[in-house]
Amino acid sequence: MTKETLFTLPSPYRDTLNVTGYRFGRGEKSVCIMGAMRGNEVQQLYICAQLVHTLEQFEKRGMLVKGNEILVVPSVNHYSMNIGKRFWAMDNSDINRMYPGYDRGETTQRIAAGIFEKVQGYRYGIQFASFYMPGDFIPHVRMMDTGFQSTSLANLFGLPYVLVRKPRPYDTGTLNYNWQIWDTNAFSIYTKETDHIDQESARTAIVSVLRFLSRMGILKYHCHSGYIASIIQDEELRSVQSPCGGIFTRIRHPGDEVSYGDELAQITHPLEGYVMQHIYAPCDGIVFFSHSAPLINEQTTAFRIIRRLHG
Amino acid sequence: MIQEVVSVGLPVDERWKIIKNRMEPEAGARPDSKRICIVTGTHGDELEGQYVCYEVARRINEHMELLDGIVDIYPALNPLGIDSITRGIPMFDLDMNRIFPGSNTSATAEYVAAQIMNDMSGADMAVDIHASNIFLRETPQVRVNETTSDNQLPYAKLLNTDFVWVHASATVLEATLAHSLNKTGVPCLVVEMGVGMRITKEYCMQLVDGIFRLMCELGIWKGEAPEVRDPIVSRDGHVSFVNAEASGIFVPSVEHWQRVKKGDHLGDIVTPTTGEILHAVQADVTGRVFTLREYPVVYSGSLIARVLEDCEEDAEND
Repeated sequence: MTKETLFTLPSPYRDTLNVTGYRFGRGEKSVCIMGAMRGNEVQQLYICAQLVHTLEQFEKRGMLVKGNEILVVPSVNHYSMNIGKRFWAMDNSDINRMYPGYDRGETTQRIAAGIFEKVQGYRYGIQFASFYMPGDFIPHVRMMDTGFQSTSLANLFGLPYVLVRKPRPYDTGTLNYNWQIWDTNAFSIYTKETDHIDQESARTAIVSVLRFLSRMGILKYHCHSGYIASIIQDEELRSVQSPCGGIFTRIRHPGDEVSYGDELAQITHPLEGYVMQHIYAPCDGIVFFSHSAPLINEQTTAFRIIRRLHG
Repeated sequence: MIQEVVSVGLPVDERWKIIKNRMEPEAGARPDSKRICIVTGTHGDELEGQYVCYEVARRINEHMELLDGIVDIYPALNPLGIDSITRGIPMFDLDMNRIFPGSNTSATAEYVAAQIMNDMSGADMAVDIHASNIFLRETPQVRVNETTSDNQLPYAKLLNTDFVWVHASATVLEATLAHSLNKTGVPCLVVEMGVGMRITKEYCMQLVDGIFRLMCELGIWKGEAPEVRDPIVSRDGHVSFVNAEASGIFVPSVEHWQRVKKGDHLGDIVTPTTGEILHAVQADVTGRVFTLREYPVVYSGSLIARVLEDCEEDAEND
C-alpha cells in the first residue's frame, strides 16, 4: 500500500485540506473506489476505511492479482465533516455536482477537477453515495442510464438489486455520470445509512466490492456468490406519497415483502397524539426505499415499492 | 387579490404556502388580457426582489385605472428559506432552481415546484428576479440563454438594466424555472442584480422602471412608458472571469461597475497573520467590472470579479 496526497487546498484559517488516496498493487488502473464526498457521509467513510484496512491485509498476503492497481479515496470533504456540514463549508456547494470540474474555476470546481484528474482512467469506478432525500434503501447498485452503463457488470457485486435511473440535469455534475462519460464503468453503491454507521449494511457493501474485485480477476478472494440481481428501472418503482405532515412511524422497512393494502406507516398528529393517516401499500411488492426521519412533510415520498409482477 | 399557489403540510402545525398577489383591472380582465408574472425569492438569501415586488405593487395600487392586464406577483417562491436566511430550501439538498419543472411523485419541494409551474402556465411573460448571493455584487443585468435570445432580446432590452448577458446553454440549467417556463411557451427573463441579504434601492428602482416599460410594451400598463437605458449586449466570449489564486482576505481596489484596463490592479488577497500580499489580482481584459467580490474571505478558486470586455467601438470611444 502506498499513501499519497491527491489534492491539497490551503485555507485562510484552518489546517490545509489534504485528500488522501491509498494505492494497492501496480499495473493497469483497474479500480478506483470513492468514499465520502459530503460531510455527513460517515457510513461511506467507514466502509472505505474498512476496505483500505482489508486490502492492506490482502496485499500483504499476496491476494492481489499482479498487474492491477486499486485506488481508494476514503474522504474528499472532511472539511465539512469536521464541522458538521453536508456540503462545502464556505459556500454550501456540493462537490458531487461539480464534476468533471474546472481547474481555473470556483473552489469546489477546482477540488472536483483535482480529484477527477486522479480518479479517471480506471476500468471500474465504485462510489459509496448518498441520496438527496433522507431515508433507507435496500442495499443496491445504482447506475445512470447514459448509454454506457453495463448492468451485467453491476450484477457481479452480488447485491439483490441493480437500479438504473435516467439522469436528470442536476445529475450531470456527479462523479458517477462523468466516470461513465469518460469511459470508466461506474457503479454507485447505496447502503442503509449515511449519517450513522450501520455495521451490517457496511459489511454487505464491503463484501460486495471484494466479490466484484474477485470476479473481475483483480483479487484472489473466496466468498459466497451473493444474489443474482434483479435489474429495475427507476420509473418502475411505485412511489407512495405522504398524505399529510406529522410524526412518521414506520411499520414496514426496506426489504419487507408487502401485499396490496398492508399498512406501511402511520402519521400521528404532532400535538394531539392521534393517528391522522395510515399509509397503505398500493400494490404487492417489496419495499425498496422508505422515509426514515421521525417527522414528515405532506407530499413527500414515504415509500418506493418494487412491484411484484404476477405471472 | 392574494391567492394560494400551493400549500403543503409541514410536520408540526404549519403549512408551507406559496402565495401570489393577482392584480387585475377593477372591471376585471378581458379574455384577451395579457398576463405577466413577477417572480422572486427562489433563493432565500436573495432579497433585492422583495423591494421590486413592493414597488411594482405600490405603483399599480396607486393607479389601478392604468392597469390593462394581469400582473401576478410571486414574492417568495422559497418562503422557508427567506425566513431562515437560508439560500436553499431548509432540509432539502437540491437548489430550488435546479428542480423545475418538478414532480408529483418525489420530494415535497419537487411537488411545490410542479405546482408553481402549473400556476404560471399560460402567462405571456415572466420576470424571474435574482440577487446573486452573499459573496458577489452584480450590476443589474438580464441573463438570456442563447437558445432563446432571438425572441427574448427585444424584451430583455426594455428592462432598464445595464447589460444583457447572452450565455451558452448548459445541461444543468435545464432544470431552472426560466428554462422550464421557456420550454412550455412562457418567455422568462432572468434578472441578476445586487448582492445577497441586502436591498440596493437604486437597482430596484431601475428595474421597476424597466418592468413598467415592459408592461407598456405588452399592453398591460397604460401609463407613461418610462425611459430606459440602452444596455450593452454581450456574449460569453466577452466576459472575463477573475478567480482567487490564493486563500486569504480579499480587499478590492476598484469600485463596482468601474472601467478598468487590462493589467489594472483589482485588489489584493492578503493574510492578516503576517501582513503579506498573497495574490495581487489584475484585470485580464479592458472593460467594466460588473461582478465584484463582496465577502472578503476567499479560498483559492473563489470568484473575485467578472469583467465585461469592451467591444471595439467602446474601446475607441474610451
